[in-house]
Amino acid sequence: MLVIFGVTGDLSSKKLMPAVYDLANRGLLPPGFALVGFARRDWAHQDFAHVVHTAVKEHARTPFREEVWQQLSEGIRFVPGEIGNEESFNHLAETIADLDEARGTGGNHAFYLSIPPGLFQTVVDQLRSHGLAEQHPGRWSRVVIEKPFGHDLASARELNRIVLSVFPSSSVFRIDHYLGKETVQNVLALRFANELFEPVWNNNYVDHVQITMAEDIGIGGRAGYFDGIGIARDVIQNHLLQLLALTAMEEPNSFEASQLRAEKQKVLAAARPPKRMDLCTARGQYAGGWAGGEKVKGYLEEDRIPPDSRTETYAAIRLDIDNRRWAGVPFYLRTGKRLARRVTEIALGFKSAPHLPFAKTDTEELGYNAVVLRIQPDEGVTLRFGAKVPGTQMEIRDVNMDFAYGEAFTESSPEAYERLILDVLLGDPPLFPQHEEVELSWEILDPVLDYWADLPEQPQLYEPGSWGPKIAEDMLARDGFSWRRP
Amino acid sequence: MIITLEGTTSAKISAELVRVRQSAGSPAQGMVLTLIIVCDESEFPSALEASMAAGHEHPSRILLVVTAAGRNAGLDAEVHIGEGTPGEVVVIRMRGAVATHPASVIRPLLLPDSPVVIWWPGKAAHNRAADELAQLAMRRMTDAAAFPRPLAALKDRARDYIAGDTDLSWTRLTPWRALLAAALDQYPAKIKSVSIESERNNPSADLLAAWLRTQLKVQVTGKVSDGPGLTAVRLSTAAGDIAITRPDGLLASYAVPGQPERLVALKRRNFTELLSEELRRMDPDQVYERTVKSLLNGEPKSASKPAAKKSAAKKATTRTRTAAKKTRTTAGSRS
Repeated sequence: MLVIFGVTGDLSSKKLMPAVYDLANRGLLPPGFALVGFARRDWAHQDFAHVVHTAVKEHARTPFREEVWQQLSEGIRFVPGEIGNEESFNHLAETIADLDEARGTGGNHAFYLSIPPGLFQTVVDQLRSHGLAEQHPGRWSRVVIEKPFGHDLASARELNRIVLSVFPSSSVFRIDHYLGKETVQNVLALRFANELFEPVWNNNYVDHVQITMAEDIGIGGRAGYFDGIGIARDVIQNHLLQLLALTAMEEPNSFEASQLRAEKQKVLAAARPPKRMDLCTARGQYAGGWAGGEKVKGYLEEDRIPPDSRTETYAAIRLDIDNRRWAGVPFYLRTGKRLARRVTEIALGFKSAPHLPFAKTDTEELGYNAVVLRIQPDEGVTLRFGAKVPGTQMEIRDVNMDFAYGEAFTESSPEAYERLILDVLLGDPPLFPQHEEVELSWEILDPVLDYWADLPEQPQLYEPGSWGPKIAEDMLARDGFSWRRP
Repeated sequence: MIITLEGTTSAKISAELVRVRQSAGSPAQGMVLTLIIVCDESEFPSALEASMAAGHEHPSRILLVVTAAGRNAGLDAEVHIGEGTPGEVVVIRMRGAVATHPASVIRPLLLPDSPVVIWWPGKAAHNRAADELAQLAMRRMTDAAAFPRPLAALKDRARDYIAGDTDLSWTRLTPWRALLAAALDQYPAKIKSVSIESERNNPSADLLAAWLRTQLKVQVTGKVSDGPGLTAVRLSTAAGDIAITRPDGLLASYAVPGQPERLVALKRRNFTELLSEELRRMDPDQVYERTVKSLLNGEPKSASKPAAKKSAAKKATTRTRTAAKKTRTTAGSRS
């Protein structure tokens, strides 16, 4: 049984409900599956069923089939109420008990908290006091929380304390919907199933790593959530640092959850922000103008954004990893909104060949070798190396060799959600970050955020649809690198 | 396959490219560069044809930008893929306000981390310092021959030169320059003067004159002929002329003092061949830079100083040889 708090939200109708339907359509849900919505609306069960129906019809990836809907709709319930209200939770507990009886869910419950973190305490306390969080042998009770996992180390610890006070660590699922399981598995397979890459995957050959997550859209309707938080908290803390951990970690003994987490934690603990924050971090804010053939507003002109907001919409930082494998290799992380293209990738740049037996003009246009793990869109791997241009002359130029996984597991794809929901139902958490990882990520990011908070000036403006502010280019140029065009 | 997108955005075009590729089973991609072509409706068909043909040698993503004025902003696109299209071809039509911000549309469509080349087959290249598309590219190709006053166009190019610029009227000279350099290699004589015969308003002739003038430090005179294009180059030496004459635009005769006259195929080349040649090298063409900039210097002033002339002539021979060598390394092999 899946109980969704905050079921009237955008995410719920665009992603969660369609994903539930798609799972049902693929025959992956147990027959007794039930969906309970909880929100501050005066709805009856049918009203909610109607909302789900609309959401499914609009956003589901698989074709709509009446019989699947029949199966699903029988288990749909709605509980109107306030999160702080005792009465509402009594009602919820009754509804759940009824469903356990009627649908034979076996007392297995997953609570999906699609609500602001400020309300976690209340909900978790309510769940406990109504006996919904109790762990019984042979049954499970799990809680799913979404990013952001706090807004700094202290708040993350607080959040973890609240959730862990009621649910055991193994029953807490932190969903980072950007990081589909498929992607993680692809990275692991590439790194650890091959002999080709491992020997060069270290500071003997790699001279820098760039991890990029760019979006071409602005903040859209997320003003209330985004302003004051900023993109570093929104993206770097969870998504980019998870990608960094997957890229840089040592080989786990096995792909068991605990082994994988141990390696990720080790490498995150070794990562540190630079000492000279002024030279090794950059932040920006998008200006108004033209992007992708459309006229767009600047960040400060967006609805409900204060005109003097210093929230960053672009962030780039350098991290160093102090271990034998990576000492001396800078990891550059960047993310931004309103950049030229929607793309996420990890690029390992290799050192240049120690000696080039060619004339200088032959290799003038030769850059560096690179292995690029493309996360989305068009997930795949690109190898970049120098090749001779056909013809009588000796001209060497970079070429790309692409491999595509074929099917897109993209950020917006509900497919990622399907996997996540399924994993929650199956209790299969290896790829969800545990609270230690979350806290380590904040330890890395907090000094940067503090430094930015103390800066008197506005973040540097950048042209919409470009690749970020000038200051970010300078940051790499100082180290003798330049950002890839992803 | 041609897919038409109306009232679209860059993001939708990119998504379509990915979708089409995936529906074709994600074949391996070997695209080596992005070629942006900026033209108007009338130049469009020939530009498309030339770029598609050049794409067979250099598989690339070709972005044809057709801009038009208009009251309403609009962006339409046609994606050509598969069925004999090398790489990917996207025709992008911009109107109104969008057309004044073309880089915002094009930037998201560039291939990752590979060279970007821009080609203005016609008169679209005005002031490139202010042209935002020009700044996206590492190689920029113009064609002075498309302008009503080609020499003035070349001088404009010299004024706003940025490393990576080339003019196709320079590319047209490659076989001529290779032949002249070879001639001086074979017959390294002191050159006294040069005369060039060509059609009226031929920018290639202007560039050839400038090249010979800067490399040989001699007087170069031009004569108007009936064409087509360049018809003759004569380098006069003490023993007679080194002459390359091509009256029909196809076959040239090649004469060096003391040797029998020979025939050389020296066909006037079409856009496809010129484009393919330019796309082979991505480094800036320094010889072109020196040559086109020398157009701004006017005539060499050394003629008024006889004392200086002698040493200049002496230098000229050594220069000729280095020039000849240079041509071979940077240009000779291009033909």
